[in-house]
Amino acid sequence: MIQGVGQTEFDEAALVAQAQRGGVEAFTELVNRYERNIFRLARHITQNPEDAEDVLQETFLKAYEHLVDFQGNSKFYTWLVRIAVNQSLMKLRKRKTDASVSLDEPFDTGEENLTREIAVWDPNPELIYSREEIRSILEKAVQSLPPTFRAVFALRDIEELSTEETAAVLDLSIPAVKSRLLRARLRLREKLTRYFKRKGEDVFDYM
Amino acid sequence: MITCKDFLSELNEYLDEECRDEVRKELEEHLDECPNCWVICNTTQKTIEIYRGMDPVPIPVGVHDRLLDALRKKTETAPPA
Repeated sequence: MIQGVGQTEFDEAALVAQAQRGGVEAFTELVNRYERNIFRLARHITQNPEDAEDVLQETFLKAYEHLVDFQGNSKFYTWLVRIAVNQSLMKLRKRKTDASVSLDEPFDTGEENLTREIAVWDPNPELIYSREEIRSILEKAVQSLPPTFRAVFALRDIEELSTEETAAVLDLSIPAVKSRLLRARLRLREKLTRYFKRKGEDVFDYM
Repeated sequence: MITCKDFLSELNEYLDEECRDEVRKELEEHLDECPNCWVICNTTQKTIEIYRGMDPVPIPVGVHDRLLDALRKKTETAPPA
């Protein structure tokens, strides 16, 4: 969940306006509000804590530098996310000098079997795993996605941007966002089912 | 009659409540008859919910402090234009 969004959109606009007039405190308040989301997003895209820290700093420094350019056509948070995604992609490209990383890279739309694991989930996984364990299962599953799916999933289902916002931020078409999101969701479902399926129904796996 | 493959291709729209009423009805008819698709639909929905329910953890103190330091340097030398 994004702290403050919805509850205080006016409040955000006022903070941004104050920051634009040179209010460092107002800008710091915006940093405090969004640093967690931006750091998490950067970690999801770069998959590297040092890069994520760089991206976090670069994002807020750039935002500060270009604050006057922010017109209020989108939410401030979406504007920040766009900067963070661009910085993260630059890191990825720099690290993978073979230039193999592009969010536009074609992916196999063929007969990949996305639904092998079919089992209902335990109604209360939180009784089986601790919060930390669940968090680590979820993180590992996301990290296993290819970059093209990971960025779309992180924006849509973790940072909760709309399909249109995600498309704009990643410079992808809406159908491309939708098909990547579907694949990401199905892959994660598959992975999580291994942990969360109701015990007792997998006895036949051994036969 | 829609097939499991059709169902799967509409799954996102169904879960995001973006499909037209008549499509929704067809999908729900399929769900009533197909236990596999029901499980996939149900567990995909749970997948989305569990990720959406995950709050961002506080960032490490050092990371936060270094960010504020970098900002302080910036704001001291260059107020926004």
